[in-house]
Amino acid sequence: MTVIRISLPKKRVSRSWKGDVVLFALLALVGYFMAMPLVFVISNAFKPINEILKFPPDFFVQNPTMNNFFDLYHLLSGSWVPVTRYVFNTFFIAIVGTAGHVIIASMAAYPLAKRHFPGKAILFTIVVMSLMFSATVTQITNYMTLSWLGFLDTHWAVIIPAIGSSLGLYLMKQYMEQIPDALLEAAEIDGCGEFRIFWTIVMPVVKPAWLTLIIFSFQGLWGAGGAAGAMYIYSEQLKTIDYALGQILQGGIIRTGPSMAATLLMLTVPILIFVLSQSSVIQTMSTSGMKD
Amino acid sequence: MIQLVRKTRTALGSGKPRLKMNLTLKEMKRKKVIYAMIAPYFLIFFAFTVLPVCLSLLVSFTNFNMLEFPKWVGWRNYAQLFVRDDVFLIALKNTLIFAAITGPVSYIACFVLAWVINEFPPKLRAIATLVFYAPALSGSAFIVWTLLFSSDSYGYINAFLLKWHLIMEPILWLKTPKYIMPIIIIVQLWLSLGTSFLAFIAGLQSMDKTLLEAGAIDGIRNRWQELWFITLPSMRPMLMFGAVIQITASFAVAEVATALAGFPSVKYAGHTIVTHLMDYGSIRFEMGYASAIATVLFAMMLGSNLIVRKLLAKVGE
Repeated sequence: MTVIRISLPKKRVSRSWKGDVVLFALLALVGYFMAMPLVFVISNAFKPINEILKFPPDFFVQNPTMNNFFDLYHLLSGSWVPVTRYVFNTFFIAIVGTAGHVIIASMAAYPLAKRHFPGKAILFTIVVMSLMFSATVTQITNYMTLSWLGFLDTHWAVIIPAIGSSLGLYLMKQYMEQIPDALLEAAEIDGCGEFRIFWTIVMPVVKPAWLTLIIFSFQGLWGAGGAAGAMYIYSEQLKTIDYALGQILQGGIIRTGPSMAATLLMLTVPILIFVLSQSSVIQTMSTSGMKD
Repeated sequence: MIQLVRKTRTALGSGKPRLKMNLTLKEMKRKKVIYAMIAPYFLIFFAFTVLPVCLSLLVSFTNFNMLEFPKWVGWRNYAQLFVRDDVFLIALKNTLIFAAITGPVSYIACFVLAWVINEFPPKLRAIATLVFYAPALSGSAFIVWTLLFSSDSYGYINAFLLKWHLIMEPILWLKTPKYIMPIIIIVQLWLSLGTSFLAFIAGLQSMDKTLLEAGAIDGIRNRWQELWFITLPSMRPMLMFGAVIQITASFAVAEVATALAGFPSVKYAGHTIVTHLMDYGSIRFEMGYASAIATVLFAMMLGSNLIVRKLLAKVGE
């Protein structure tokens, strides 16, 4: 079969220079607003104490120093609970929660995307509905449930609800829908069971989607679920680094340097993960559309 | 989706109901592997997302302190909420103002920025994406705003206003009711270029470019017409998804408010429904009352989402 390609002269809508100017001015303005506070964090993390206390302050650091990072180390090593404990707690919650979410949500997303079974439509409708209210609505009742299950004041109080987050399932299901049926049929003929198909064929194909789930889930849990963590965990030795850093900031102006150094360190991890997986994330989000 | 539900319903409706039931049961038995695969997720999902909504509706009609058995009180919690609880009415007003401003502004910003950077070369686009998305990604880094708006002369904004002689003495930004709300809105907007922003970028990237060429031939004159008649309608599923995410987030303002303005804030200027909920749920342990607040919040979020979905269906018509 021959394909006849008729090439039309490429015609693009004219872009007026006035429009360009307006849009770029807007972009620059918003870009400044978005970047300024983070630049401020970086700049202050390297400021020596005399520059922090200077009036009027300089936006950019003049004589950069690593002192704030050393001070941070000393402040943290003086704490009642060893700092490694806080760091361990943070990593434990973020990694276990993220891994659990990615595996369990993908396992549920596969049948929802590619198989027919009674109850499928209603289950997915409920998942979409749940995107329409935030976790804050369920926090109080979850407190009761978690206390009844005996999960209160353990890391599981933050991890388990995060595994059941609905955004991840939704994105994964939408992405899996574009897997060609032929690929799955071939595996079925070879005698693969559903679970084998899911693990050896589907999961490698949807790598962009699980990278996306990783970044979203990790980002939520890295701050240890924010309010959720503060609400469900009260033992000092179970708290996360986020909490320890919050205590440093309480020290007022003199602690600005170390606390900005800490904020900078906390920032780098999710940003690094995002930089490495950006194209996968964008690829996944291109299937995120919601049909009405 | 709703159509699908309807379809299965009509399919179930035909034939004898019992026979249909048996068939469904048989099919379910045959596909038990599938149910085993979705079970772990949906067990957690139902326990921590669906059940809590139903349960909090139920508990909202009781008086419950987690120690004694709940007492049924009927509509009393709701009546108290809307008639006697002045602080709740402040929280309600604040939440509605936050939602009415941050919701639409952040939604439009997400789209416009995604649309502008869409024509950039890939490298530049990746950098721009990172710059705009970084605040949403950085979690608790919004704490830096407390330094910018710090009430002494070390506060960056105070220092500059003093230096330029615009003010004579430092302003207590986060302790003055009239400034609290605008500051929280600013920070909330700073954090709001999140998931929907990425969805819009992806949507614009994967758009069928031939549509634009066809449009140019059909007499689309400028980029604004192109936006309204071609780009927006073909992005409708993304717009739906983005709206859901932004609306839900815009009603849930709490963490930023408590971190910046304190809890409770001066004259409750930064008090929202969520902070009110935290107050009764995790400090006073009046679970019945807290559940009533949660139910009101749930109704507001779901209601506005459904209304906006109806409106978005009209885009480009």
